[in-house]
Amino acid sequence: MHILLSNASDEPIYGQIVRQIRQSILNGEITPGQPLPSIRQLAKDLQISVITTKRAYEELEKEGLIDSVVGKGSFVSGANPQFIREQRLRLLEGKLIDAVQESRSLQMPLEELLAHIRLLYEELEGEG
Amino acid sequence: MNENAVVEISRLSKKYKRFELKDVTMDVKQGFITGLIGANGAGKSTLIKLLMGMSLPSGGEVRVFGQAYASHEAEIKERIGYVADDCSYYEHLTVDAMRSIYAPFYKRWDDRQFARYIDRFELSPKAKIRSLSKGMKMKLSLAFALSHRAELLVMDEPTAGLDPVFRRELLDILSELMLDERKSILFSTHITTDLDRVADYIAFLNRGELVFNESKERVFERYALVKADKELLDADVRRVFVGIRETSTGFEGLTGDRREAERLFAGYARIERPTLEDIMFFTAKGAEAHV
Repeated sequence: MHILLSNASDEPIYGQIVRQIRQSILNGEITPGQPLPSIRQLAKDLQISVITTKRAYEELEKEGLIDSVVGKGSFVSGANPQFIREQRLRLLEGKLIDAVQESRSLQMPLEELLAHIRLLYEELEGEG
Repeated sequence: MNENAVVEISRLSKKYKRFELKDVTMDVKQGFITGLIGANGAGKSTLIKLLMGMSLPSGGEVRVFGQAYASHEAEIKERIGYVADDCSYYEHLTVDAMRSIYAPFYKRWDDRQFARYIDRFELSPKAKIRSLSKGMKMKLSLAFALSHRAELLVMDEPTAGLDPVFRRELLDILSELMLDERKSILFSTHITTDLDRVADYIAFLNRGELVFNESKERVFERYALVKADKELLDADVRRVFVGIRETSTGFEGLTGDRREAERLFAGYARIERPTLEDIMFFTAKGAEAHV
């Protein structure tokens, strides 16, 4: 599992951790049942605060990606990738609904919204 | 005692002729790192001295491990590892001679642990303390503080005047200690970069008053730095800010209510995540403006 943190990024540290661990799980780099480093171990390795790490793990738990067992630590959950993908699609849908509603309140026609999305999509493509 | 707090400070005050620490209530949570920040003269050292039982409060109370200094001073001090902001050892002694004086004060002194740290810090037991550089003295101080199985490490400005390499090393040591969830750390600093990364809680003192003591996550959720045109600054808008810096090209302001700022400025301003330094700077500036 690789985690690279950027101090220069606008994305908060816990968000960077969530995104990268999620990525590792979704592309099968770490597999169901596999243990994750303990919260304190990860905090030490990344030289970040324990609370930040804890928050990242809580987020991943909420998404159903990992399970935490008291006294044993955290593991990649057994949920199948299909389920995980569906979960994320639901999240995406929620965000898209927000965007649609916001554009409506700005009286922005659909074409313009789509053009915006296309522009952003292409802009971000380079960053991976 | 509050089950998660190793230090409980309530309504603490200390009056000096030219400075006053006013009514500070806060705690230090077990298993976490608390960073005490504030400008020079904000009261950080005063607070730490009170917390170490090295000076008596004018009002209020300090309890460490649930106990008061008046009744349990020796017990409390046994369990604290303390790193002062100046070198408080006998300069004419060697490192090892100092150890033989220091060690008997602690029931749980661990010679092997001390030897390990001395080795790791590349200090020679035979070196005269006088001959050590500032960074080396700091390391020696840390070796003493960490060699009697202390549960709470208290450090007053451990990085002041030290180079970035050593600051990174210190960061390593601190995050290593935090592997043990029974340990707690409190350190003060006026330089917030790199150390702010490992801190779980931030306690911020400004002019003798505690501005907040919150998890760092919460602090960064709440505060925002707004950059926009000066035309947007009317009396109502000003009220949202803790402090404002105006220049010929626009203004920068710190707000403690990110949501409100996002609502007010939607689309008309850049809203950024402040650094701890921004928070310190604008709070001090705001306080000046209200005097």
